[in-house]
Amino acid sequence: MSEKTEKTEPRLSVFKTYKLYVGGKFPRSESGRVYEVTDAKGKWLANAPLSSRKDARDAVVAARKAFGGWSGATAYNRGQILYRVAEMLEGRRDQYVAEVADAEGLSKSKAAAQVDAAIDRWVWYAGWTDKIAQVVGGGNPVAGPFFNLSSPEPTGVVAVLAPQESSFLGLVSVVAPVIATGNTAVVVASEKAPLPALSLGEVLATSDLPGGVVNVLSGRTAEIAAPLASHQDVNAIDLAGADETLAKELEIAAADNLKRVLRPQPVDGAGWSATPGTDRMTAFLETKTVWHPTGALGASGSSY
Amino acid sequence: MAPASAFEYAPAPESRSVVDIAASYGLFIDGEFTEAAEGKVFKTLSPSTEEVLSEVAEAGEADVDRAVRAARKAFEKWSALPGSERAKYLFRIARIIQERSRELAVLETLDNGKPIKETRDADLPLVAAHFFYYAGWADKLDHAGYGANPRPLGVAGQVIPWNFPLLMLAWKIAPALATGNTVVLKPAETTPLSALFFADICRQAGLPRGVVNILTGDGRTGAALIAHPDVNKVAFTGSTAVGKQIARTVAGTRKKLTLELGGKGANIVFDDAPIDQAVEGIVSGIFFNQGQVCCAGSRLLVQESIHDELLDSLKRRLTTLRLGDPLDKNTDIGAINSAEQLARITALADQGEAEGAERWSPACELPSSGYWFAPTLFTNVTQAHTVARDEIFGPVLSVLTFRTPDEAVAKANNTPYGLSAGIWTEKGSRILAVANKLRAGVIWSNTFNKFDPTSPFGGYKESGFGREGGRHGLEAYLDV
Repeated sequence: MSEKTEKTEPRLSVFKTYKLYVGGKFPRSESGRVYEVTDAKGKWLANAPLSSRKDARDAVVAARKAFGGWSGATAYNRGQILYRVAEMLEGRRDQYVAEVADAEGLSKSKAAAQVDAAIDRWVWYAGWTDKIAQVVGGGNPVAGPFFNLSSPEPTGVVAVLAPQESSFLGLVSVVAPVIATGNTAVVVASEKAPLPALSLGEVLATSDLPGGVVNVLSGRTAEIAAPLASHQDVNAIDLAGADETLAKELEIAAADNLKRVLRPQPVDGAGWSATPGTDRMTAFLETKTVWHPTGALGASGSSY
Repeated sequence: MAPASAFEYAPAPESRSVVDIAASYGLFIDGEFTEAAEGKVFKTLSPSTEEVLSEVAEAGEADVDRAVRAARKAFEKWSALPGSERAKYLFRIARIIQERSRELAVLETLDNGKPIKETRDADLPLVAAHFFYYAGWADKLDHAGYGANPRPLGVAGQVIPWNFPLLMLAWKIAPALATGNTVVLKPAETTPLSALFFADICRQAGLPRGVVNILTGDGRTGAALIAHPDVNKVAFTGSTAVGKQIARTVAGTRKKLTLELGGKGANIVFDDAPIDQAVEGIVSGIFFNQGQVCCAGSRLLVQESIHDELLDSLKRRLTTLRLGDPLDKNTDIGAINSAEQLARITALADQGEAEGAERWSPACELPSSGYWFAPTLFTNVTQAHTVARDEIFGPVLSVLTFRTPDEAVAKANNTPYGLSAGIWTEKGSRILAVANKLRAGVIWSNTFNKFDPTSPFGGYKESGFGREGGRHGLEAYLDV
């Protein structure tokens, strides 16, 4: 090839068709609808799927199907897989830096800081999977001859409305704690900046995470969240990405089957960069207390 | 009930004279008994005799407001007290409960209708134990796992049911006070008296005024309390339907909410279970407190191969239960708490019969006055039957069968509720495997209906959220 042809016919780049991530597969929206996603300056980036109520229901079915296997996996295994997500992200770091810079109008270095923090967050939660039960569970010293143990268990399928402003770090900060403890998730990406979330699906698909454990939907948050909040087979909902009015509506709908609701939390100074506590994990855990008689011999019984 | 043995029991009634019930009671607000602003009153009666015990004030919105303001005012000082001082108040309360436990047991039996054997041996010791347990937390909150210096929420609005009036009060008030919150508590309208006696215990303990406020009234009083804008924390124990309504009411507010709601507990008996022990567990699971227990084992799941043998033993055991005067120390089954509850139990049992389940009760003579329901079994029950699905909250047991552990788990979990379950088997690995798969907050293996203040209690699914008891119980009252 000569220099001349290169100048007159520059290579046309290959666009990516962004798709949903549901049940380990990458479907288009059932509705056949898309919406335009632009960067912070209004320049067109891609068409993202505009998910429908049916997509939300399909995602719940996938999440429920995956729940038994994921919650039944050993905590050690879940930790390995979460760490594997971090490994995969590290390898595609530049892609996410570019996507986050576009999505949030950040400089390359600020976007890189967000992505690095997000990768580190997966590592942090990877280490929690086999520790949280020891921190929040334990044996209870009952006043009687009983062995009695309280252990945390995942609550089930969690609908997660990802934060609107922090397209990637915020997203990871709400998804990782939910699945670290054995729940499965239906995630609604940031409405304005869904592309990093849709790309995350590609990483999750190659991270040994069983299909259906995380399902990613893009579109209008209010439209997708409504059927999730009232869904009888969703056990909990994280309202991080809902504004005050929507959050109230969804909380009312969530009462139908007494979903566990995590209300939007104030994000202070350091924003999503702040080191998280355990709250986002414990919000979606149940405590199961199991009793059994010990057949204790009593104070006057055997001694060494 | 017809005696099954040659031995007759002579009557052994506990004396009523240890309790002095006043003709009328006001609301307990800011350390004083006061009339309701609108002057409304209602009667509370003894469900075993329908005798009117007393007349109590019915709190309206103005009273709710007054009580919340008193609690808010008291919060400032109470929450600023060193934990060790709050602890001492709680220890005092626990001690006074022990001292007055006979009086309170008789009172509770009169107002609720449950046997004195249960108030004396189960309710009151647990009430005292809860105050002792949480007293010890008050000065150790930094070590509870919620970070250093966890803060109280403020004013707690608490609504409790009629099945364990004083025990539910203890579950609500002890952790609230230990963590530095102040309280406005509404007892159930059919059992208001022990909470009012508790107000007197607070007075004897020298508890600062306004820290505990007791508002008597019905559902409207509770609704006003929960909706009050200056309440920071809502705690409710009661029906799932009301729980859902409360969840809608607090939606969009900053109020922290915990709910302990209904249940339809499965008591699973495998073919290798110790039958005699299992029968005792089944009886305590569904006939303790006349089955008016949210975690009652109201669905008996029996492995098919031992169905007949187990049912024979169970029926034989039921013929020895003694139903009658709750104040009699030999009574096993007392009165149903109210005419309304009796009507509900009757309607659901009739529906069970109409749907084709087989009904059985031991020969059982019911007293002519008061609210009574004979211990009842339904056999040939399928999962579709109303008696296998709806919470009856009475002495009615539905018997279903299963063949494999997987089937037992599937049937046990086939309910919107998830509060309790029982497992009876001699095989340890089966206990652990089944317990692991059951979606319920409390699992009793080879035992049933055991409670302890150190043990978190609460439900999965539509049995509500949050835990009461143990370290976990502190979380509901802390800003974490």
